[in-house]
Amino acid sequence: MASYKAPRRDMRFVYYELHDGERLAQLPGYEEATPDMIEAILEEAAKIAENVLQPLNRTGDEEGCAFENGTVRTPAGFKEAYTTFAQGGWTSLGGDPQYGGQGLPSALSVLVSEMLLSANLSLAMYPGLGEGACHALEAHGSDELKQMFLPKLMDGTWGGTMCLTEAQCGTDLGLIRSKAEPREDGTYLINGTKTFISAGDHDLTENIIHLVLARLPDAPRGIKGISMFLVPKFTIPADGTLGSNNGVSCGGIEHKMGIRGSSTCVLNFDDAVGYLVGVPNKGMRAMFTMMNSARLGVGVQGLALAEASYQGAVEYARERLQGRALNGAQLPNKPADPILVHPDVRRMLLTIRAYTEGARALTMWVAQEIDLAHKHPDPRRRRDADDLASLLTPVVKAFQTDTGFECTNLGLQVFGGHGYIREHGMEQYVRDSRIAMIYEGTNGIQALDLVGRKLAAHTGRYLRQFFHPVQEFLVAHAEDSALEDFIQPLAKAFGRLQRATGHIAQQGLKNPNEAGAAATDYLRLFGLVALAYQWTRMAGISLEKMEGDTSGFYAAKVATGRFYMERILPQSGAAFATLMAGAKTIMEFPDEAF
Amino acid sequence: MKILVTIKRTPHRDARMRVAADGKSLETGDIAFEINPFDEIAVEEALRIKEAGKAQEVVAVTVGLEVAREQLLAALAMGADRGILVNSGGAAEKQELDSLQIAKTLSAVIQSEQPGLVIMGKLATDDENWQIAPMVAELLGWPQATFASKLELSEDGKTAQVTREVDAGLEEVELTLPALVTVDLRINEPRYASLPGIMKAKRKPLDVIEIEDLGGLADLGGIGQSCVRTVSYRALPAKEKGILVDSAAALAAALKERKLV
Repeated sequence: MASYKAPRRDMRFVYYELHDGERLAQLPGYEEATPDMIEAILEEAAKIAENVLQPLNRTGDEEGCAFENGTVRTPAGFKEAYTTFAQGGWTSLGGDPQYGGQGLPSALSVLVSEMLLSANLSLAMYPGLGEGACHALEAHGSDELKQMFLPKLMDGTWGGTMCLTEAQCGTDLGLIRSKAEPREDGTYLINGTKTFISAGDHDLTENIIHLVLARLPDAPRGIKGISMFLVPKFTIPADGTLGSNNGVSCGGIEHKMGIRGSSTCVLNFDDAVGYLVGVPNKGMRAMFTMMNSARLGVGVQGLALAEASYQGAVEYARERLQGRALNGAQLPNKPADPILVHPDVRRMLLTIRAYTEGARALTMWVAQEIDLAHKHPDPRRRRDADDLASLLTPVVKAFQTDTGFECTNLGLQVFGGHGYIREHGMEQYVRDSRIAMIYEGTNGIQALDLVGRKLAAHTGRYLRQFFHPVQEFLVAHAEDSALEDFIQPLAKAFGRLQRATGHIAQQGLKNPNEAGAAATDYLRLFGLVALAYQWTRMAGISLEKMEGDTSGFYAAKVATGRFYMERILPQSGAAFATLMAGAKTIMEFPDEAF
Repeated sequence: MKILVTIKRTPHRDARMRVAADGKSLETGDIAFEINPFDEIAVEEALRIKEAGKAQEVVAVTVGLEVAREQLLAALAMGADRGILVNSGGAAEKQELDSLQIAKTLSAVIQSEQPGLVIMGKLATDDENWQIAPMVAELLGWPQATFASKLELSEDGKTAQVTREVDAGLEEVELTLPALVTVDLRINEPRYASLPGIMKAKRKPLDVIEIEDLGGLADLGGIGQSCVRTVSYRALPAKEKGILVDSAAALAAALKERKLV
């Protein structure tokens, strides 16, 4: 049976030692985020993840959600666990204090969510969606809407959703058909059917606040004619009591490969009363506010499940006695050696570890930049921070979920046949991690976002926020003999990324299919280099602190970093060669021959 | 009524302890600490009594290093009203302060605070001495009930009914307040601190008192004059491979051979 312990030591490392989280407490609005506070919060969040959410992970998967009499019943124990979580005030961690939130930085949020997601992805999705709805309302809602909805969304009394997808449109939201008719009182009547709505219906909260994309009667065609509406499941009378059914009904739930404790619903809106959020026909812009933080959150899912899988795999590799070490028995008085002695098992474990710790470091970088983008007093610094976060969001989302799935697969492989059966929970991590490559924009779409939007934006301005620090670091440490084993491979891979970027910029202008064909390999290359940069920095810090550290933390950091540079980063050569080969073999293949 | 709860900073229950190079101490440099789990149960019990309207204030006290502030903050985050840190300057950790001296120190705090009830964990999970609570009760001349699995205060607030977990089963006793009770695992399940609770904890009063300023140690010769010395620590021997025996006689012989019987 899988167990989970929050990796608090490594979390403290990325927050403070690698990315200087102490500076966040200097920012206006984040004064509370002092080291003792962060420590106390991580400590308590770990307890909730380990003791409240994790014990329901496998049972929730086995039981799944049930659709009965038009409503969704979540697996046994989910409601009690959600209530403990919400009553503890955890749903409002990042929320605006004006509406009852705790106003803590995203850098802390990503660590707390990593713990929750490792412990129980399906359960953690419900409050996650409520938080997403809060973000969108905070950014785009009128004061009246905020007053009306934010306090109860933040304290978790109400849940939230994002209703984008319809049967005929997933990626291409310009095809949305749901309609909004204005009424005399300023509200709208919403009609249409939404599909694949996570947390669309459930029994965890007394009401659910849907954020729905729909078209006004006079809206322009396509993506420029989409508006966002807030539609509660139950109406909200002026006295704040729970009103009647608002014409939102659940038409059924999907039966999925993974995240089976998370309800994925068909929602029908029949003359449901809604409120406009933001400006008419600017719904996509509002939705993107929510989607950027949601994409970062999905990137954390990849890392979180990789971590959980790693913990299970290490424990098993230490305990499972099978065969002998290739160079002679290690435990001659036992019937066999633990499988941890085998090079291939060690390779798998180190691969998961290197991706996971690297991803945690990268996520922390982006999260702290998001906090700087929100609160830094200097507008130029805010813009730079926002540029970096925009650039790296698709990388975090796609690279960390691609590798997250690779990692959960490796974790299963360590168990052999015992990983493939359900008992140990390892196959659940594989199934649960698979969706993260798909939702919030498939990883193919993330790659297009990177090459099509992020590289091109403001004539390459975003890119500077990544290229400059890496370049500066390489220059500053060119003569650093202690870091030599890191600097050289980083410089080599970074050179490939620079050349690949130039190639895409040139070829993509001539033929967009060239950029499209290169996109996925380019994103992979970007992710590999981004992690290499984080690993090099982590190694530099750890080499300095290694001496006298009896815990072995820093020594393991450096060793994992070396593994990454020697045995994972070389993939950058393959990604580079692949994308430089161009679109020809892909695009010239005759359609009819497929 | 005021309830006083004592707290000890102990290595986290998941920490893997290692003997330090000097053989006389444990490595504590890079391990996590927490409130001694039994003390956490004591805090919970005090909070429940307060929430039932039978107490007005819960004060958490620790004797230890300045870093033990973290554990006091954890108790304040759960809902305790006030904290007192008796700064021992690391004397207890350096074996310069023994159980009786700590008991005297706590008695001095209790005499100055005048609580109606003192609740402690039945033991601390690091050294498992089980000594301090009975010593404190004795020093104060108070009634005590240890290993409580149930604690009920009378309506008039003058007595406490306590169910104790003893070897033979359960024992019910009545104490006249003020009294001292130590709690066992089954009395309650401690709550999780809420996020707003954690954030408010820092704004609650937390007094630091230097141990020398308390008195109470003078007649024992003060810090550094501990009656107990730790001679050495040894790691548990690694488990040896088991053997299979085919008869009771062979088992008896094997036990004899190992001088186990």
